[in-house]
Amino acid sequence: MNNSKQTVDKAAEKKKPMKPFSVHMNKDLQRRYRAEKWFQRSGIAAIVIALSFLLVLFASIIGSGYTAFRQTFVELDVHFNQDLFKNENIAAADYPAMIKDSLRRTFPEVKERRELKSLYMIVSPGAAFSLQDMIKENPRLIGTQQKVWVPANDDVDMLVKGQMKASEAEDNRRIKDDQLAWIEKLEKDGRLETRFNTTFFTSGDSREPELAGIWGAVKGSFYSLLITFLLSFPIGVAAAVYLEEFAPKNFWTDLIEVNINNLAAVPSIIFGLLGLAIFINFWGLPRSTPLVGGLVLTLMTLPVIIIAGRASLKSVPPSIREAALGIGASKMQMVTHHVLPLAMPGMLTGAIIGMARALGDTAPLLMIGMVAFIVDIPGGFTDAATALPVQIYLWADSAERAFTEKTSAAIIILLVFLICMNAAAVILRKKFETKW
Amino acid sequence: MELTSHLASQSFPTLPTYDFAASLDKTETQAARQTVGNPFLENPRMTCRDVAVFYGEKEAIRGINIDVGCNEVLAMIGPSGCGKSTLLRCLNRMNDTVPGCRVEGEICLDGENIYDPSVDVVPLRARVGMVFQKPNPFPKSIFDNVAYGPKIHGFTTDKAELDNIVETSLIKAGLWEEVKDRLQEPGTGLSGGQQQRLCIARAIAVSPEVILMDEPCSALDPIATAKIEELIAELREQFSIVIVTHAMQQASRVSQRTAYFHLGDLIEVGPTERIFTNPRHRLTEDYITGRFG
Repeated sequence: MNNSKQTVDKAAEKKKPMKPFSVHMNKDLQRRYRAEKWFQRSGIAAIVIALSFLLVLFASIIGSGYTAFRQTFVELDVHFNQDLFKNENIAAADYPAMIKDSLRRTFPEVKERRELKSLYMIVSPGAAFSLQDMIKENPRLIGTQQKVWVPANDDVDMLVKGQMKASEAEDNRRIKDDQLAWIEKLEKDGRLETRFNTTFFTSGDSREPELAGIWGAVKGSFYSLLITFLLSFPIGVAAAVYLEEFAPKNFWTDLIEVNINNLAAVPSIIFGLLGLAIFINFWGLPRSTPLVGGLVLTLMTLPVIIIAGRASLKSVPPSIREAALGIGASKMQMVTHHVLPLAMPGMLTGAIIGMARALGDTAPLLMIGMVAFIVDIPGGFTDAATALPVQIYLWADSAERAFTEKTSAAIIILLVFLICMNAAAVILRKKFETKW
Repeated sequence: MELTSHLASQSFPTLPTYDFAASLDKTETQAARQTVGNPFLENPRMTCRDVAVFYGEKEAIRGINIDVGCNEVLAMIGPSGCGKSTLLRCLNRMNDTVPGCRVEGEICLDGENIYDPSVDVVPLRARVGMVFQKPNPFPKSIFDNVAYGPKIHGFTTDKAELDNIVETSLIKAGLWEEVKDRLQEPGTGLSGGQQQRLCIARAIAVSPEVILMDEPCSALDPIATAKIEELIAELREQFSIVIVTHAMQQASRVSQRTAYFHLGDLIEVGPTERIFTNPRHRLTEDYITGRFG
């Protein structure tokens, strides 16, 4: 065989004299290096494009959302009139009347009823609640006169923040000329300023943008995710360990594996429908609650955790298993003492990434009624609640201009949570990475 | 050596220098595969009678009869795929973990059939320890590596006694002097040879009767190999050792008896010296003289 090959080679040599090796090699080498350079450059270009998209996304969200973290306040001289507190229940006193009274005293020249109405519009309807809170805290204020900072109406807020232009034609803006004059006067007197918007972080949803906050949604998301984690992590890990370490390889386990992979690819809205049909209609669990939300998100997260868990169990070298079995560890001891600790970082990473997906998922929650307008902050798993992404969806749908910035701000909050969770996943992986 | 790797990568009959399949026709096969030499001992620790192992449909070894004596080193040699590792892994039922593996025949440890349904494999594996081809310490501290076995078998709950067990095991494995100041450091940080001795210490910490070694030196350099071989000679005084090896010199250095396997059959057993100086079977002779394998 060797002989025949040599003769073929000789024939080829006769046909075409070989160039010196170095010449041949140089040309070829250059071509190979060019190909490699080209490949590297296109890879870098792809990354740059991807990053610039991300940058544009972040810039636009932060650019339109950062203003939501500040809110315009108006200072009023409120007279807590004794006559208005005749009722035993101080919470039922006519606080809006006190606000109106103080506004009238600030602008004594306004007399006409229609003018007065537009004067009252400068201050948020929520101002009355701040007064109520003050009295509740300190009833001795009754009968006194106090300087009180109350939130301005959202239109005033927009104007102050420059998102509504005074230069526009009067018909095109919601703040009319007379209101403009009052606002200017307030500003000149130092009775108007923007402050950090604590309301946004402490209150629930509201129809008034200046009173709307994300705390309700954050808590709703927290309760849902807590349920999701408590259910999906133990179940997912147990399923992964059983399938990977104990289950016999046969038709049934193959079938289960295929179906788990299928479940991971099912659109999340389908899980929402399932939750509606089973958890709410059949089991009779309360609608719009983090309990049901968490259960639905569990269904969605489970396959992800099982798949990630099995992958990280597979990555534990079989030599560790043999070592444990070889000195007489039972299978259970092998798994709990050696395999699981080594696989745990991977499993946690998978779980956190699954949870991050669950945190950002909206569709299934729409199906089970977590999309309702809920003002109260949920206090438990069975209180009606919304979740962060649903809150974004709700605000994006609202007509008021001020909700635009609230939407972006809520997206910022959601992104911050997601980034934190993903960072935690990376840190966990780095920290517990074992080398062998 | 080069031929060995050649053998491993190619199927047998295409071997250019030695065409085994052609040299044996069907009728010759049966007679040629009768075990030569006496595989039986008077006072054996372990006995294998008519052992056959199947991976699925494939028969890996068949009709093996061999005894393992007390305080002896039995070397199992043969070309790759001859079934020596398969038999070794039957001796402590590690083959149970291989899906589709079936063992027939009888393997006894101290007269008790270890494949009897009533036998629990967990204590069995404590009595028949194993050292693997690749050093595989747990990614834990050196101390925990050795202490793990005694802990799970509940030998002791006393810290001082456990310390004692760890120390004796490491001394027996010849590793104590090198690691006594860093017992809390990870076992995976040791060199390859030290890791393998750590694995041996781990195996002897549960005081087994038999130690199985599956090519324990194939991943080690000659110096580490020499240390392990010395260790094997010392351990023989206390344990029975069965070692699978590809290095024939190693077999001749460490073992008292040698068994030669070929394509699932036990071809020849005998005192190591006789096997290497005066093999009776043609296949054994061909193998040890380097005509193949």
